[in-house]
Amino acid sequence: MEVKNVPQDNSSTYSNNKKAIYAADEDGSVKVVGSTGWEAEEIVTKQALQDLLQNAKDAYEEVKNGDKSTLYFHMYDVRMDLQVLAESTGFFKWTIKKDFSPSKFAKINQKRLDTYAEAMGKTSQELLKLPDLNNE
Amino acid sequence: MNNYKHNHFAHCESGVMSSMLKHYGLDLSEPMIFGLSNAMTFAYLPFLKLGGMPLIAYRSMPKSIIKNLQKNLKIKMKLETFSNKEKGQNRLDSLLAEGKIVGIQSSVYWLPYFPEEMRFHFNAHNLIAYGVEDNEYLISDPVFEHTVKCDKASLTKARFVKGVMAPKGLLYYPTYVPKQLNLKPIIRKNIKKTAKMMLNTPVPIAGLRGIKYLAKTISKLKSKDKRYAKLFLGHIIRMQEEIGTGGAGFRYIYASFLKEASVLFNDDKTLEEASQMLLKVGDSWRDFALIVAKAIKSKQPIDFQTISQKLLSIADEEALMYRKMLTFNG
Repeated sequence: MEVKNVPQDNSSTYSNNKKAIYAADEDGSVKVVGSTGWEAEEIVTKQALQDLLQNAKDAYEEVKNGDKSTLYFHMYDVRMDLQVLAESTGFFKWTIKKDFSPSKFAKINQKRLDTYAEAMGKTSQELLKLPDLNNE
Repeated sequence: MNNYKHNHFAHCESGVMSSMLKHYGLDLSEPMIFGLSNAMTFAYLPFLKLGGMPLIAYRSMPKSIIKNLQKNLKIKMKLETFSNKEKGQNRLDSLLAEGKIVGIQSSVYWLPYFPEEMRFHFNAHNLIAYGVEDNEYLISDPVFEHTVKCDKASLTKARFVKGVMAPKGLLYYPTYVPKQLNLKPIIRKNIKKTAKMMLNTPVPIAGLRGIKYLAKTISKLKSKDKRYAKLFLGHIIRMQEEIGTGGAGFRYIYASFLKEASVLFNDDKTLEEASQMLLKVGDSWRDFALIVAKAIKSKQPIDFQTISQKLLSIADEEALMYRKMLTFNG
């Protein structure tokens, strides 16, 4: 790629940052050029984000309907899944799945709840509640 | 302060090492660091899943750049990990108080200065802390144009996430840096090494065989769930183009290394040609990314065969470039 062809597509995913791309200059050198974004990359980043967002939305509905505990929504809200949550807490997946049950989660002990809170960067009070997402 | 100078680079680990070694008196560009640690590769590991997607890598394993530089350049690095957060934060604070600049492995998700839309659970990011001001760390993150600040609690959290490639609070800094190096023999050796590894890998999941294997997987996506197929394709491009790659899955960085090497060997023609060829290969990877992105966005059924064929042609194009590299006898 030549310096003049480095895309400058102002991708929202860059949030006004520039990314360093190596490109060929007229003098024959290959050097760093700041790029404000590239459409192709933005499409795939947003696709991944959209997928995470959809997971969180679906989870929100399931929690609201009483099918799942609030933990289930919060996991997706911090862009995690069962795998990442298990790794982040050190809990076995099957024990986390039990905590997805509203009745089981209501009886969770404080220590275990604190471990979840720590891993997800939320307070234990937050984890017990479903936030109001009506404005979305 | 320690007169540290920030540089904007393409890749986190090679960027950190370039800035760090330069600070301690060894001036090597990011592409030179990348080439000398034979970091360019390809691997497709369908059995190793991250976020539900198989591992696809255009560069060698995290920390291999640091490891290979120690081996190839005879520099000495001190790497420290910690059993708990408090110890880890205190150690960083005391190193910074000594005036050192310190390499750090961290998660991306918990770094507040990252754009919201780029915050994914990836644990092998690298950055430099070069000071403290108003109880905040002064950060030189190579993939950012300018220096940033990060509050202590957030950086500590990002250093101590658990899971795949968990950083365990990793801090690193050089203890011995040679002031002068004879780069030529190291370049010669690593150019051969990279070319041979890509051409003759014994396992079907790495090198050019890995690219072909991925192409085959794509041709079979037609029978898979549509949503999964699209996410899978998008995932390939994200690994190829998202932050830290320098564009085209590190091919442009390596092309820059070959160009620099050519100059060092008195404008060696073979390396110059290899650099030109790799720039073109990079353009083909970008074409591939564009085809995939358009297919994802389109409402039309995806033509998996065309995408698969494109990838196979890139593997052939890369093969010619590696063969050119092998003819180098400077």
